[in-house]
Amino acid sequence: MSSTDPASDQSAEQRHTALDAVHRALGATMTDFAGWDMPLRYGSERDEHHAVRTRAGLFDLSHMGEITVTGPQAAALLDFALVGNIGAVKNARARYTMICRADGGILDDLIVYRLAETEFMVVANASNAQVVLDALTERAEGFDAEVRDDRDTYALIAVQGPESPGILAAVTDADLDGLKYYAGLPGTVAGVPALIARTGYTGEDGFELFVRPEHAVELWQALTKAGEGVGLVPCGLSCRDTLRLEAGMPLYGHELSTSLTPFDAGLGRVVKFDKDGDFVGRTALEAAAGRAASQPPRVLVGLVAEGRRVPRAGFAVVAGGEVIGEVTSGAPSPTLGKPIAMAYVDAAHAAPGTTGVGVDIRGSHEPYEVVALPFYKRQK
Amino acid sequence: MSNPQQLRYSKEHEWLSVAEDGVSTVGITEHAANALGDVVFVQLPEVGDTVTAGETCGELESTKSVSELYAPVSGEIVEVNQDVVDDPALVNSAPFEGGWLFKVRTAGEQDDLLTADEYTAYTAG
Repeated sequence: MSSTDPASDQSAEQRHTALDAVHRALGATMTDFAGWDMPLRYGSERDEHHAVRTRAGLFDLSHMGEITVTGPQAAALLDFALVGNIGAVKNARARYTMICRADGGILDDLIVYRLAETEFMVVANASNAQVVLDALTERAEGFDAEVRDDRDTYALIAVQGPESPGILAAVTDADLDGLKYYAGLPGTVAGVPALIARTGYTGEDGFELFVRPEHAVELWQALTKAGEGVGLVPCGLSCRDTLRLEAGMPLYGHELSTSLTPFDAGLGRVVKFDKDGDFVGRTALEAAAGRAASQPPRVLVGLVAEGRRVPRAGFAVVAGGEVIGEVTSGAPSPTLGKPIAMAYVDAAHAAPGTTGVGVDIRGSHEPYEVVALPFYKRQK
Repeated sequence: MSNPQQLRYSKEHEWLSVAEDGVSTVGITEHAANALGDVVFVQLPEVGDTVTAGETCGELESTKSVSELYAPVSGEIVEVNQDVVDDPALVNSAPFEGGWLFKVRTAGEQDDLLTADEYTAYTAG
């Protein structure tokens, strides 16, 4: 048996989170991710996945890249640097957005939290944090605003799943009922100061807690204890990937890349042309929007396997012997009990229910059903 | 984890029983099963197929990756484990028992296979 798993790459200069010793004590299988030594899974990734869907899971996401933008023109800078209307974000709210190149290519997808009138926290993907930091710093020229690298300032712990409000409520006095989805407020959790955000990447209700690294172990242990009675388990990056795939959430490097504009990725709605002033990529993105309207680009769809073989990123999507698209992410879905994938396919084959679509799995054309995304939506 | 003493092991992490009546049972080791993560699909050779030592004869798919299955010996496939085709999780839960993969009527020598102690040392390194 020989593995083709790229996750087994080891780097000599891996970074470790503040929770590294905790992961090792829990017996985690570790993996390199964007230069960080991160937990892949603690036991069975399928059990971790089901725990988040039905109870709760605890994640160390300290590899994510935090960048603080402050100053009188902080909002104006972000409106110029990003494609979203950041000036319109209310205090203590968050917004999903993107940063693009002048040619419209996606540099990263981001969550921006407005912490105060003149203070924002931008959260970038670990693999793109330096790129985003450099772009924001460069784009800040001429603005009365400061871009600060806060990657080492925060550890990030997420508690996700239907039991997560109860677990968090047991260790904080913060008003969680008043905290809406995509909102964040400063508070105290388990005695340590935290930015409490109702965000996540799993398709479930949940919270992301930004704390100082020296408080991370204390917070992790308090949450573990608070979740003991309701089935909270530690969760690794493996189940995070299957959870976000079922929820139809894009992942940078898979569904998003510099070779795609937000319109090519089916996420043109995040581009706000009607905001004040110019922004980086406007001209190219207006052209991309026009192209998308007149000649639809490939469409991001869901594929559900009729058989049991798993489509992987890069596999060709085929119909009638022709290549009509490419798989961007694929995995066995623990919730559906079948392999699923996200794929960009030609518009002619993108309608849910389109028949005759297959995936070329190592030379064999396996039948797949085209479905609308997401694969899974939680009952509210 | 412990590797049963009575078995022989390949460097590709298959185990096989010492042939009785010329037939060996083949599976993958607990070490390999743990490295794979949850196995969700197995493709095995068919009864009557001829397999060659060191060549691929199937695949094992887990959540994150697909791995090729190599034949640890040459011979003819005489039985495949339908239980593990139906429930691939057996590879993880009982790699040396209910999670066996196939039985092969061996045709060649098994000289280059490792003993349990040698395999344990190999995977520790």
